[in-house]
Order: sequence, then C-alpha cells, then structure tokens
Amino acid sequence: MITKRDVEHIGWLARIKLTEEEKSKFTEQFNSILDYFERLDEVDPDVPPAHNISGLVNVFRADVVRGSMSRDDALDNAPKKEGEFFKGPRVV
Amino acid sequence: MLKSRKEPGDVIIGLEVHVQLNKLNSKLFCGCSPKYHDAEPNTHTCPVCLGLPGALPVLNEGAVVDAVKVALALNCKIEERTLFYRKNYYYLDLPKGFQISQYDYPIAIDGKISVNGTGGGERHIRIRRVHIEEDPARLVHKGPIECSRYSLIDYNRSGVALIEVVTEPDLRSPKEAREFLNVLRNILEYLDVFDESLEGALRVDANISLAGGTRTEVKNISSYRGVEKALLFEIVRQKNLVRRGIKITQETRHYDEKRGVTISLRTKEEEQDYRYFPEPDLVPLGVCNRIDDIRESLPELPDTKRQRFVQQYGISEYHAKVLTSELRLSNFFETVASEIDPILSATWIADVLKGELNYRGLGISAFPPKHMIQILQILRGKNITEKSAVQVIRTILDRGGEPADIIKQKGLIKVEESTIAKAVAEAIKENPAAVQDCRNGKNEALHFLMGQVMKKTHGRADPNIVNKLLKEKLQCT
Ligand SMILES: [Zn+2]
Repeated sequence: MITKRDVEHIGWLARIKLTEEEKSKFTEQFNSILDYFERLDEVDPDVPPAHNISGLVNVFRADVVRGSMSRDDALDNAPKKEGEFFKGPRVV
Repeated sequence: MLKSRKEPGDVIIGLEVHVQLNKLNSKLFCGCSPKYHDAEPNTHTCPVCLGLPGALPVLNEGAVVDAVKVALALNCKIEERTLFYRKNYYYLDLPKGFQISQYDYPIAIDGKISVNGTGGGERHIRIRRVHIEEDPARLVHKGPIECSRYSLIDYNRSGVALIEVVTEPDLRSPKEAREFLNVLRNILEYLDVFDESLEGALRVDANISLAGGTRTEVKNISSYRGVEKALLFEIVRQKNLVRRGIKITQETRHYDEKRGVTISLRTKEEEQDYRYFPEPDLVPLGVCNRIDDIRESLPELPDTKRQRFVQQYGISEYHAKVLTSELRLSNFFETVASEIDPILSATWIADVLKGELNYRGLGISAFPPKHMIQILQILRGKNITEKSAVQVIRTILDRGGEPADIIKQKGLIKVEESTIAKAVAEAIKENPAAVQDCRNGKNEALHFLMGQVMKKTHGRADPNIVNKLLKEKLQCT
C-alpha cells in the first residue's frame, strides 16, 4: 500500500516538487500499478530470478580508445551551459 | 595477531576506498579516454558516458582484469558469477540518473591484508568486498559546497573505471586507517593498475563510530593523507557530543579538506532509496576460468619482495620494510645494491636518503640512483666522511648537480693523515687544561679535543683517525 508520504518521498528522491493535487493523484496511480503487479503472486516462487534473459555471459570490448565527441556537440543539447561546462542547480 | 576486540572508548572504523583504474586506455563502458587530468572540460565524452538516450554500455575487458588482479592481491575469493546493477540517485554528476555499479554479486569477497597495528604487532584487516563501478562526473562549485547556488559539470570523468574496496569495521584508530591505505596504495602501485599522483586517483568514504554508539559516514576524503585528519576530527566531534549528553545522529557528513572539518549534508537517502536493480544492458560476468592466468601474471607483491630482500641481501627486516614500502624505492635499492654492498646501500637509502626526501616532501624519483652509487663508491674508498656524504645528498636534492663536482666545489675530500696530525698537535698545544683532564680519564675532554681538531679540518677529517691520533699523542685510553 502506497501512502501519500511514500509519494512525497519518491518525489524528493527524484527532486521533483509535487502539488497536493498531484500527490493524491499519484498515490492512487501507484496503488493501481501495484495491484496489477500482485498478479505475480500467482507465479511459482521456486523459479530462480532471471537477471538477464539473453543467456549471454562475458561480453567485452577491448581496452582501446575510440575517440570522443566534440565539445560543441556534447554541449549542444544542454538546456543550460556556462563556457565550457554544463550548468545545473545545486543539489544537496 | 592482536584480536580486534571492541572495548569501551574504542573507535570503530570501516573504509570504502574508491580506486580509479587510471592506467587503462579507455573508460569502463565506452571508448573515451579516461586521461582527463590535463584535458579541456567536456572533451572526453560520448553518448554512453553522457547518458544520451539509446546509448549502450559495453564492458572494458581491461578493467575486469585489473579488478581481478586487485582482488587476488587482497587475498579475496573471486565470485563465479558477478552482475552489474543500477544504483539510482538523482545528482548532477550522474547523467543517466543512476550509476552502474555492483550490488549483490560483486566480483570478489572475503579478503584480508595485514597492517601494523597502532599498539604494535600485526593486525589483519578483513576486506568485505571488491566491486567494479563507474566514476561520476566532476562538479565545479562556485565557492564552498554548502553555499554555492549552482554547479558546473565536467563529464570527462563520467564513466572512468573505478574499483571500490570495502573493509569490515576492523580499523581501530585514524592512524591504523592511514596505515591500511598506505599498504593498499602500495599493493595497487605494484600491480601497476593506478597512478596515485593523479588528482582523485584514490578517494575514501569512512564509517566511524565510538564503541556501542551510532555511526556516521564521512564522504569525499580525497587524499589518503586527509583520512587521518578527517577521522580525528570526527572522533573528537562525536566524543564531545557524548560528553555533553547529545545523541549522535546517523548521517552522512562531507569532509572539507581546506578547513579540516566535517559538515552534515542533511541527506535523507538511505540504502533502500538507491533502488538497486540489475542493469539489463549488461550481461553477467564469470571470470573464474581466467583466475589462474591472471594470478600467474601478477608481479611480485610487497610482502614477497620484503621477504626476498631479507634473504637475498641479508638486510634487516626493518630496512626491507622501508625499502619495499614504495615500488620505485625498491627498484632504486636493487639498482644501487647491484653495484654496492647491499647492507651499506640499505642503510644509506632507508635511513639517510629517505629521511632527506621525506623532509623535503620529495619522492625517490628526485634522486638518480647513479648518484647514490657514486657517493657510496667515494665513501667506501674513504675519500669523504659520512658527514660529507650527507652534505652531498642534501646539495643534490636542494640544488642538483653531480656528486664529484659538489665534492670538488665544497672541498669535501677527506684531509690527509699528516694534516690531521698537525691539527691534533695544535689542539693539544692550545688546550692544556683539556689535555690534563683527558689524561685523568675524562671522556668529555677527549670529545672536546676531537671537536677542536674537526673544527681545524673543517669537518673533513675522518673521526676514526682523529680519535686514533689523539689517543696516541695523549696516551690515554
Ligand atoms: Zn564515452
């Protein structure tokens, strides 16, 4: 059961400010998603967890330099920049 | 081995050491160069390490080999199957909103290394785990961290390969923590997996509590030298709170290196908030079939080298320990010992040269081994005194130059026996009272006369000859 306090905490983890209206809306939505997932309780719990479904192991690349993007390209999509840097709000 | 029993008043310290695998050619999951230290900001990035949509990480094989090397050197058990996870937290230094790390299935567990305990004796420090993860980007703050209003981000460091070495809470003092880091750093240097001289190469988070008390985590200790200071500060802070009856809160604190204090970061994130889940873009890793090959490729490690030095060169355990405490120093010693008597070499390198280097905050690379060989050859030929040899070493460190030139310029060639004899005769003539005292068996008087002779010969007389001649002349013993 997801409470309004859980939603507030998740909002804080994502650094998103939520209005009171959004908080109750999301509480309801989270709970309906969880209800949906309850169906998984019907599955036999003895099945080992599948961490990866590809069946592959040990996919590597050799330790070689492949070159990087130009700084202009890298900064091109940044919503905020300052000189040669990306710029963002201070987060604590 | 001393038991790591916890007693009241004890401090309990566990470390998480982040080591940059900065000798690799590329980052952990992409082909960008990790050599960002002299690079212009944001010039070593690509869609993978910028976290652009659709970019896929591919694991650097070299990083895995390095991690296994470190794990083996720390006497860890390599896990058969190891997985990557997403560690979710929202911070500017993580372009994807998560860090690719390891969680339930780290690459290695259950290691140990021994260090000199604070109370003497050897202490075994258990290693809980070693895992691989990516380095976050570097933030550039305007002003001190707690009052800056925005951050600038350089993603050059984003995605550089790190290993994290996590100890059990077995360390009992800040000094022991520092000793542990010295031993670890030395092993990493021998393995040639990292260059400690680069900024950010080794970063430490420390968990610390007083026995029976709440623990705090001190993050962001960015040099191994800072560890002892940060921990000392935190212990004093916790003890003061206890004394005043204030409860210690479990929290994360940031170490401010410049001011030497720890500051509360008021974070509300806890372990479960990281919402670890398996990284679906990376497949599992199983390196067991390669352990034997990697083990065979390991270089001689500090402990083995120390034992070899004692056996092969017949030097003391203490000298062997000092000389193997740095890879370059041990190489320096072996170069010199191939030309000069090893015991003489060990004494001059471990006791004299190392002390002079430490005093100046210099490393062994500041002194060419061929100069040491020349100085010891001249010394062995009894052409300069020990005191002069020290003077030559100091001059080379302070101003540079060749030993032979310095000896000539400063006139350090030992004076002839006839000159010493002349000085002895003068000293006896000028100091009748001391001569009398000496004949009456007063040792200080003999020392005084020796001093007079040394003065007259500008400290370049061989003290043994001075002593011999004075005793002959005065016929005192
Ligand atoms: Zn990249």
